[in-house]
Amino acid sequence: MKAEYKRVAYYPGCALEGTGHAYNKSTREVGRALGLELDEVKNWNCCGAMEVKNVDPKVQTYLSSRVMSIAANEMGATVVMAPCNGCYHNLKKAEHDLAHDESSRAVVANISRKAGHETYRAGQVETIHALDWIKDGIGEEELQRRVKNSLKGLKIANYYGCMYTRPRHIFPEKDQGPASESTSKPHFMDDLLAAAGAENVDFPLKTSCCGGAHVLSDSDTSTRLVLNILRAAEAAGADVIATECPTCHSGLEMHQVRAEKVLGEKTKVRMLYFTQLLGIALGLAPRKLSVHENVSDGLELLKEKGLA
Amino acid sequence: MRPLAEIEVEIGSIAGTGDGAPERLLALAEEVLEHWIAARGEAPTGGQVEGFRLLALHRQGARGVPSFHACRETCREIAYHYNLLRLEPDAGLDEGRRRMMAMLTTHLALFVSGKMQVEGLGDFCCASRPLRMETNH
Repeated sequence: MKAEYKRVAYYPGCALEGTGHAYNKSTREVGRALGLELDEVKNWNCCGAMEVKNVDPKVQTYLSSRVMSIAANEMGATVVMAPCNGCYHNLKKAEHDLAHDESSRAVVANISRKAGHETYRAGQVETIHALDWIKDGIGEEELQRRVKNSLKGLKIANYYGCMYTRPRHIFPEKDQGPASESTSKPHFMDDLLAAAGAENVDFPLKTSCCGGAHVLSDSDTSTRLVLNILRAAEAAGADVIATECPTCHSGLEMHQVRAEKVLGEKTKVRMLYFTQLLGIALGLAPRKLSVHENVSDGLELLKEKGLA
Repeated sequence: MRPLAEIEVEIGSIAGTGDGAPERLLALAEEVLEHWIAARGEAPTGGQVEGFRLLALHRQGARGVPSFHACRETCREIAYHYNLLRLEPDAGLDEGRRRMMAMLTTHLALFVSGKMQVEGLGDFCCASRPLRMETNH
């Protein structure tokens, strides 16, 4: 276990204040239940997501570095936890750029000076995902000990999406042996939900593209990619797809509805954030975990399985 | 070269069939990648990576297009399912494995057809841009 994960700087990011509100709520509730503390990064800004990165990747590096600078230099934090795959990916990318590219360092120093805050230096903080936070902050054994409402009987397909592990070189801590996360077959969410009693199904599309980035430019391709993921989850026997990214989650939910409307293809697998599932296992009420905010009706399924 | 939509239909039609399905699905996955490579003006490789032409084609297709790596694991899972079906046959599991291999192949076809339809689509993918671009600040 990593003691430094017991209290981390929390960077929710824009999505968790909007479509991913349920993820924000359930992450905070699960942290509280497990005794893991979150200090929200003060006056945080957008990580640069896709929009800024496509216009100018170095400005995106700066935006992500500002978040890490506040955490390190104004809050004294050594660990920043970002539950959104997009934010997590961008902070990691910024860290990589600042460690390896002089021109990125110069741009970040220049803009930071103009903005009037201390420049972030590579290595000041460690950026982690919510999965790392729980896996290495609590661990499966302790989690198992705290389970009050086992997820036994619930079949789960764990969907990580593509940004959690790609590109590999910005995640140097992964692929470092069995205890570390794998970039080709991620397993941290599987491990945590198994500890909560769930049955993880073999789901080979766990890192496949959901077309999330193409939603506006090519919705039909996104819908068909999502439909294939939903069908594969059902074919694997899953009741639920567990998610750990607000963009993937919204994409799966919305394109499930769109697939039915546009293509006449109905699927019944439900989507729940892994934090909502862990919260249920820890005995928290579904409402407290904002299960009612999901587009995909997970509550009915939870009731059916005797979990709510 | 026949249209990708035709390949998708064939993938769907052989999903549940028996004996030759793994070879056929692997060949169809290769055909999908050949489309992408040919569209970029290159000749698809006949080489292999880790014993699979599919993986060699993926490597060729991703050269200079980082966002194409988003289908890397899909290709590897297709190869993995092929190996399961051919090296560790199991009467109780093989039907499900064939179905999953077909779904993976469908995913590859959808991914590639999306990229083919919209030129430059990958630029909108977060993982697609080079880590360093020259810009003046």
